[in-house]
Amino acid sequence: MAAAVVVKNLRKSYGSSIAVRDVSFEVQAGEIFGLLGPNGAGKTTTIRCLCTLTKPDGGELEVAGVSVLKDPRSARSKLGYIAQEVALDKVLTGRELLNLQAAIYHLPKAIANQRIEFLTSILGLTEYINKKTGGYSGGLQRRLDLAAGLLHQPEVLILDEPTVGLDIESRVVVWDFLRQLKSTGTTILLTSHYLEEVDALADRVGIIDAGKVIATGTPSELKDRLGGERITLRIREFTTSAEADSTKDLLMQLPFVQEAIINANQGNSLNLVVHASDDALSQVQAALKSAGLPVFGIAQSRPSLDDVYLAATGKTLMDAEMATAGSRNLKAEKKQSMKN
Amino acid sequence: MTSTSPKTIADWRPRADRLPQTSAFSDFMQETLGLTTRLFIQLKRRPSTLVAGIVQPLMWLLLFGALFQNIPKDLFGTDYGHFLGAGVIVFTAFVGALNAGLPVMFDREFGFLNRLLVAPLASRYSIVAASAIYIIALTLLQVVAIVGLSALLGAGLPGFSGAAIILLVVLLLVVGVTSLSLGLTFALPGHIELIAVIFVANLPLLFASTALAPLSFMPPWLQMIACLNPLSYAIEPIRYLYINPQWQWSSIILHAPWADVSFGAALLVLTGFALVSLVIIQPLLRRRLA
Repeated sequence: MAAAVVVKNLRKSYGSSIAVRDVSFEVQAGEIFGLLGPNGAGKTTTIRCLCTLTKPDGGELEVAGVSVLKDPRSARSKLGYIAQEVALDKVLTGRELLNLQAAIYHLPKAIANQRIEFLTSILGLTEYINKKTGGYSGGLQRRLDLAAGLLHQPEVLILDEPTVGLDIESRVVVWDFLRQLKSTGTTILLTSHYLEEVDALADRVGIIDAGKVIATGTPSELKDRLGGERITLRIREFTTSAEADSTKDLLMQLPFVQEAIINANQGNSLNLVVHASDDALSQVQAALKSAGLPVFGIAQSRPSLDDVYLAATGKTLMDAEMATAGSRNLKAEKKQSMKN
Repeated sequence: MTSTSPKTIADWRPRADRLPQTSAFSDFMQETLGLTTRLFIQLKRRPSTLVAGIVQPLMWLLLFGALFQNIPKDLFGTDYGHFLGAGVIVFTAFVGALNAGLPVMFDREFGFLNRLLVAPLASRYSIVAASAIYIIALTLLQVVAIVGLSALLGAGLPGFSGAAIILLVVLLLVVGVTSLSLGLTFALPGHIELIAVIFVANLPLLFASTALAPLSFMPPWLQMIACLNPLSYAIEPIRYLYINPQWQWSSIILHAPWADVSFGAALLVLTGFALVSLVIIQPLLRRRLA
């Protein structure tokens, strides 16, 4: 399979802040590739560079076999871009927006009309298409944005956080649509900081942290690579750290427990990494019972993408989100990105 | 893809349609038309812009014109309202064009411009062209109102050739100033800065032109500035043909400190101004939009 998207050694800084340090990944034709990482990891900058909106400091970019830097206009005709924030002209109706979209992609009127009718129909927009977009709900806006991004039938559809801010129902609609779109042969590259979104949609995942891709593979591969299983345990609703420490020491003596991490953010719950076995859960419960400790909650699971992220970076996605949320100056970043 | 049955995503066949080969020129025309249509839809749905745009220059003409009503006629060669008409026409076109960058700046800030920037536009000058066409059309409506009111106030109506010259002058001035405004839109960080520049440029350029008073009223240093100001080269041809129904390309319309400027030369200066403006913003369009 040929690569539909190639990103090689991409670098981009805004002033003194490094947005993308060294990002490399490939998206194969016809697959859904998810770029997973916390806010501020460099996902949007990578996407903006691919879509010709931001000039990178270095690296190579290809979309459908076309060099983005050498032939940006040709690359633009091959990609569809759905931005994180839906930007509509609220004075225009949905149809008028799609007509404008058809004009800037040079579609003949008859073909544009057919496609608008088709996309409107399958995206459930028929009832709203002649109404001004200013009255659209978030879900409708996103669906119209999808129609606009697909109108010129791009080979590669690039979506930046496609379901951020959407309610559950609208999110599922978008997911279903993207899965169906994949079946038509369209290559899809999406960024997300939602683990479940990437897990549910992506054939392959690239995990990005601090401007670098730190792991690539199918979600199963990445999880299997970690090996073992996870047991999440809460002795009480709010366990003291002293009790959590002593419980950790107790459980580490069990031969199948490889690692135990106390998660202070979750009421000092314990996350155990264990060798896969049928009775690990019951043995942990038995050990707790014999030590006279209660069990508030216990669950066994396979590693998640968050575990993959944790293993690679030493922090959970949520922790990374919290850390960047405090340190980012979004206003300054937006200003910088407008300058470049 | 057929238009009769489909309605499931399985019927979506990417790149199945064979699109006809089109030229860069027809692509440019199509995208310009699409962008212009959007601006006119906005105008139609927000008619207050149009109403304010027509009322404001009429107020200028009526109130500012009346300010010097009793001044001796030989001072201006005609009554002041008559003299002022050309200045108001040009200033109206100038202000409209100077503001052309604002909607594009808001598009940029709200992310709508990204739609255009990720599209394979034949040339990003289509954004400039669409704004210029819109402003020219709007200005022409304003000019019709100004000329109509001037006629009611006794200034008479320009003939066919006079109307054609007014159209040409407005076109050249709007293309030049719209280009500069869009250049600023891509050079400045946000709308606050753009509005500041518009505020600073607006009235000084009016005062430092022949819109409100003839060159002979001004001290030498202001005469120099007024004769470097493109607005003067737009105002004087229109004023000349308003006051002198018999005009020629060689008619002297402006006595600049360094030379007399003929009707034809003034139009050449305006053409040069439009072309230079279009050329100097090219790197900005490329840098911002490439």
